[in-house]
Amino acid sequence: MTDQKRRDKRNVDVWLTGTEEPGWLVDSTDEGAQKMAAHETAGRLLDQEGLVVGDDRVLDEDVAPEDELMIINMGPQHPSTHGVLRLNIELEGEIIRRSKPIIGYLHTGMEKTGEELTWLQGPTNVTRMDYLAPFHNELAYSLAVEKLLGIDLPPRALAIRILMTELNRVSSHLVALATNGMDIGALSMMLYGFRDRERILAFFEKTTGLRMNHNYIRPGGVAADLPPDWQDDIEFILDKVPPRILEYEDLLKANPIWMGRTLDVGVITLEECLAYSVTGPTLRAAGSGWDLRKAFPYSGIENYHFEVPVGERGDVYDRYRVRVEEIWQSLSIVKQAAESMPEGDYKTDDRKVAPPPRARIDESMEALIHHFKIYTEGFQVPEGEVYVAIESPRGELGAYLVSDGGSRPLRMHMRTPSFANLQGLPVMMADSLIADTVATIASLDPVLGDVDR
Amino acid sequence: MSHPANPPGFLLANLDKVRHWAQTRSMFTVTFGLACCAIEMMATGAGHYDLARFGMEVFRASPRQADLMIVAGRVSQKMAPVLRQVYDQMPEPKWVISMGACASTGGMFNNYALVQGVDQIVPVDIYIPGCPPGPQSLMHGILTLHDKIMSGEIAH
Repeated sequence: MTDQKRRDKRNVDVWLTGTEEPGWLVDSTDEGAQKMAAHETAGRLLDQEGLVVGDDRVLDEDVAPEDELMIINMGPQHPSTHGVLRLNIELEGEIIRRSKPIIGYLHTGMEKTGEELTWLQGPTNVTRMDYLAPFHNELAYSLAVEKLLGIDLPPRALAIRILMTELNRVSSHLVALATNGMDIGALSMMLYGFRDRERILAFFEKTTGLRMNHNYIRPGGVAADLPPDWQDDIEFILDKVPPRILEYEDLLKANPIWMGRTLDVGVITLEECLAYSVTGPTLRAAGSGWDLRKAFPYSGIENYHFEVPVGERGDVYDRYRVRVEEIWQSLSIVKQAAESMPEGDYKTDDRKVAPPPRARIDESMEALIHHFKIYTEGFQVPEGEVYVAIESPRGELGAYLVSDGGSRPLRMHMRTPSFANLQGLPVMMADSLIADTVATIASLDPVLGDVDR
Repeated sequence: MSHPANPPGFLLANLDKVRHWAQTRSMFTVTFGLACCAIEMMATGAGHYDLARFGMEVFRASPRQADLMIVAGRVSQKMAPVLRQVYDQMPEPKWVISMGACASTGGMFNNYALVQGVDQIVPVDIYIPGCPPGPQSLMHGILTLHDKIMSGEIAH
């Protein structure tokens, strides 16, 4: 199939709701609902007769008879699925005709657990969703709680948040490069990516006490001030990491093997991205400049200068390029944040929300009561519902919270980018070679904790 | 070293030591990354911490080539049968390390979705605390397992 023909007529089957029979009708096994739909199901026939309107399904006379198709299963325990993603892939020879991601192998029930934790305990829970970008999870949750509370933060708290989240974006993209390289066969990239991530994680550990799952950004500010010599640490990172990134660009940017494996592989157009609510680097690689840091600035990010890198082709190579450019932009934001870090308090002085300094507890009866109340029943949040979204390394990460006026959320939902991005995977993989599967998955950079929650 | 697992007699006892030495010096791990701990496991295997120092940098994708399973992360009810099947496919002798709070006890997620401790499904030799355990903790767990195999405390 030529490229032109492929663009004109993409045989994209997305298992629209209702075209697949429910599990209890298909098979008696537990996994029945997860099987590929046969080509002659009633729903599909209706669709072919034009009685049901699918969104972009095109009948393709090239499709082989069903006995020439082979369905293979990939995952959930597979080294290249970035966790526990499972894929059903329908093959005609070496060409993928349809594919279906099956998720839920890492379902942790976090949204339910979130209803049992107080507002202040919430970040402990959400930080474990997207475990490559824990600060972003905490930030989205905290911003949502603060919007319900209607409190403003001191400038230093905002700047620390930006500093930490942008450093986190760098470390997350480094892992994306590392795993993308490893999946395609550039194994050295894996060692390099993790090596530089360690430098950033060392700073995280020094500041927050943990390498991952920090629970550092909380409603009302951050948990602790930056360590005394933090400027030296940032300087060390800004000194050591950029030359390495240049080195990796030398290794990959014009590498013929890398380009052969990534150029025009896993293409998704801008229209398809919008139709499947694909966001983040994948959307920007398809040619859109949509970045929530520019569209809906949060935590004072509008005060920093940075650009939004945009790709053209929407293929694996462009997604790789966009990520590398984003690393440069984030390092620039980190530099600006470090230079313009305001003095002051790192958390709000609203004592109903943030605990008083430790020394005050020994002097003031009121401070002791506030401290006790915050850590026992928690603070109350006014009734209402709120949605706040931020730009995580994978796309739009939103927190939707409902409060009934109590000290716990009535409902907590996270709009996670990996979950929405994964819907685009069958579109990217349709009519591509099976050898490109892992390259496409890796370029999407899904985190299964983010997908399943 | 007078553990009941060690057979008596000079020849067999020393043969056992050789066997234990061989088992610990080339332990192959099956890739069973699930969640946050898997990233720390990868970081342990990568350049900075370099698990290759213990002859363990080879993470096998096939359980049939592996003798150690590091359960790295939270095990959901849906994943539990998969985990058991992978364990059953591993040849004897085999060991299991439960990495992190979630794999050991369910961690902070005491709810409908998670298996509350992977030892309900497979026998566990070493539990590593932490959420997630750092690479140092993981290496300490692995070395503890080596010690236990060398001393014959874990018999197979």
